[in-house]
Amino acid sequence: MSNHKAEHQHITDYWVYGLILVILLALTFITVYMVHLELAAWSVAIALGIASVKATIVLAYFMHLKFDNMLFKILVVAVVMLFVSFILLTFADYLYR
Amino acid sequence: MTTIPYKSYLEPQGKYTGLLDWLTSTDHKRIGLMYMYAIGIFFIIGVLLGLLMRIELFKPGETIMGPQTYNGIFTVHGVIMIFMVVIPGLSAVFGNLFMPIQIGAKDVAFPKLNLLSWYIFMAGAILAVLSQFTGNGPPDTGWTFYAPYSTQTGTNVLMAVTAAFVLGFSSILTGLNFIVTIHRMRAPGMTWFKMPLFPWALYSTAWIQLLATPIVGITLLMLIAERVFKIGFFDPALGGDPILFQHLFWIYSHPAVYVMILPAMGVITEIIPTFCQRRIFGYKAIALSSIAIAGVGYLVWGHHMYTSGMSFTARWIFSFLTFIVAVPSAIKVFNWVATMYKGSIALKTPFLYALAFIFLFMIGGLTGLSLGSLATDVYVHDTAYVVAHFHYIIFGGMGFAFFAALHYWFPKMYGKMYNQKIADIAWLILFFGFNMLYFPQFVLGLQGLPRRYYDYMPQFETGEVLSTIGGFVLFIGIIMMITNLIIAARNGPQAPDNPWGGKTLEWTIPSPPPMENFDTPPVVSKEPYDYE
Amino acid sequence: MSDVAIKHDEHRDDLGAKLGMWLFIFTELLLFGGLFLVYAVYRDIYAEDFHLGALQLNVTLGTLNTVVLLISSMTVAMSITAIQRGNKKLSMQLVLLTVLLACVFLVNKYFEWGAKFEHDLYPGSDLVLQFKRGSIIFFGLYFFMTGLHMFHVVIGMVVLMVMWFKLKNTTINKDDNVLLENGGLYWHLVDLIWIFLFPLLYLVT
Ligand SMILES: [Cu+2]
Repeated sequence: MSNHKAEHQHITDYWVYGLILVILLALTFITVYMVHLELAAWSVAIALGIASVKATIVLAYFMHLKFDNMLFKILVVAVVMLFVSFILLTFADYLYR
Repeated sequence: MTTIPYKSYLEPQGKYTGLLDWLTSTDHKRIGLMYMYAIGIFFIIGVLLGLLMRIELFKPGETIMGPQTYNGIFTVHGVIMIFMVVIPGLSAVFGNLFMPIQIGAKDVAFPKLNLLSWYIFMAGAILAVLSQFTGNGPPDTGWTFYAPYSTQTGTNVLMAVTAAFVLGFSSILTGLNFIVTIHRMRAPGMTWFKMPLFPWALYSTAWIQLLATPIVGITLLMLIAERVFKIGFFDPALGGDPILFQHLFWIYSHPAVYVMILPAMGVITEIIPTFCQRRIFGYKAIALSSIAIAGVGYLVWGHHMYTSGMSFTARWIFSFLTFIVAVPSAIKVFNWVATMYKGSIALKTPFLYALAFIFLFMIGGLTGLSLGSLATDVYVHDTAYVVAHFHYIIFGGMGFAFFAALHYWFPKMYGKMYNQKIADIAWLILFFGFNMLYFPQFVLGLQGLPRRYYDYMPQFETGEVLSTIGGFVLFIGIIMMITNLIIAARNGPQAPDNPWGGKTLEWTIPSPPPMENFDTPPVVSKEPYDYE
Repeated sequence: MSDVAIKHDEHRDDLGAKLGMWLFIFTELLLFGGLFLVYAVYRDIYAEDFHLGALQLNVTLGTLNTVVLLISSMTVAMSITAIQRGNKKLSMQLVLLTVLLACVFLVNKYFEWGAKFEHDLYPGSDLVLQFKRGSIIFFGLYFFMTGLHMFHVVIGMVVLMVMWFKLKNTTINKDDNVLLENGGLYWHLVDLIWIFLFPLLYLVT
């Protein structure tokens, strides 16, 4: 069996995490602020869009996906696609009833 | 490396003796056997409940039980057979026993987690059995727990649902363990496409266990919340939509069918080249079709809901996808038959079971297509035709593959050989009894006999009587097969290391295998089925 | 048997351990995924009622909790950097800080739920049962989703405390810290789910 002790030793600097937090907080406040703009139908789409961006950032930096094995990236994308297809197929029912 | 003196995994390993030696063991083979004994017992319970239903249906009118008892019994039969026998069956038993050996590993990736899965399984199983005897009588919803009835009935649904939830947890952990094992623990030189096809099947299965089970998990949790806290998820009176329950339930439960059948196909793929002494035809096609089945299998759940009030758009989409998922299954069947062509076939017991599998699975699969097509399904939905179809798939498919695996690997598991003549006779009785039991149900279903009733109109009597007799023939076959194996395990003649001339790694080590499988870690350079 | 024991140690496989953790995270994501699917369907059916329901929720408290969770996500990520650089003390402090932030989250949640219960806004209450059907569902989903999330916060705290002890007795150290990475991944999962819960429940107005 191959030994994978020190395969990846990418150490992220503290300031990178700090920067990421600032970006995430900024996005959070933007979302909250958007609500007051009364964009009606768009507000949900925008809120979800920003949430997705935030989630991607958390996955990439906090969860190290950016620096990790390619396999993990592929799997995460596959799982997200699977979930999206669940939604789409379910709505093939609800949207056309 | 020095050779460790040979000691089989069945012998006491020190520290503890007797039962405790097994209950604390993290060895994958021992855990596999522990699953097998537990599942064997549940299987017999399930079979006996099935026989009780057959007796009730022997004559029209009330024969031995009333409607409420009958409802309880078919629910319990379903819950036990689905969640405790066929879903864990092949992967937890033979996957644990032989997958690590076939890929040249000493154990699974997380042996302790593996043992934990077994304990969780047992906890769930005990809850499920308890749910029959406590509360206000056994649950009477059918194994599908359809809302809103399941949110309102006074019977012991809560406990049965909790049991199913716990059992799902065990299934998830086994899947997780197998995926990591197959990714990380293959022997040096064993690339993905040098891996035997049973591990390939288990790999696809594990992804289904891992990604589909959480959906039913959350669904059952919502059902529990609805019953306990009156959160209106599925009850129309509280704003819920019962059809949404069906969606969520089948998002899991259709892929679960592949949790049952994919490892079964994997077993058959191991047996056929061995007994034909021939390289498997279309190795890559078989390997990738497992993945394809797992992938597309996620997207067809709606074919269980054609008559539920789902939109027409959704119905034709699901019907279309259902036809697509039949393609990779057919690819496998063609490859099996092509492997046999011009092979030097040895008609031994495991091969006979494999042949029975192909025959029964074909019937089950083709009748499945008639259920997957919209127009015909509306006619036979919820009739005995469906009952016949899924028993051909689940029992004729998964069950016969389990028996095939049992007879194939038995000499390796116990180092003993069974009486092959009796095994062949038992096979014949089983095969005959099975068809006599379930084939009439196709006809009855087409004639309009609905499922899940304790009573029927007199014109169905001939078919029901035939069916009941078939049930008893099948039962005799099962008893004969099991007795034969128990006798062999106790004092059968010594089995050679490689009785069938197999080529995969488990046949290169002693029977029964030593504790860590290989004295020296194997290095693989050849394809798994290099006959000729 | 002794040489077997030695081999076990060699057998350490960080990538395998991490793969196992990611697979577990997938199951958790799909567990909540099922809930999000339910949410999406009912929001489609009862858009108006969901809008009114969301107005009843306290956006300030929700935002505060989002901030708390994001900061805690950063501290636990930093603790890994710390141990990888061999700074055990800082790493332990950061893990502890993460647990404290988790406590803040729970206290906040306690006040939020407490206020709801005071106004009889809980599933099955006489008041809620008189609501329009979409609102019944909205409050059901609100309590079920945040409740399940809270349960994961508690599990995450336990996991982090275990990490703290393992750091303390140097089971987790500069050269062997995949366990802390995995513990961190779990905590980020808790954050990840909240990132979606927050706008869906509080901001669908
Ligand atoms: Cu199906």
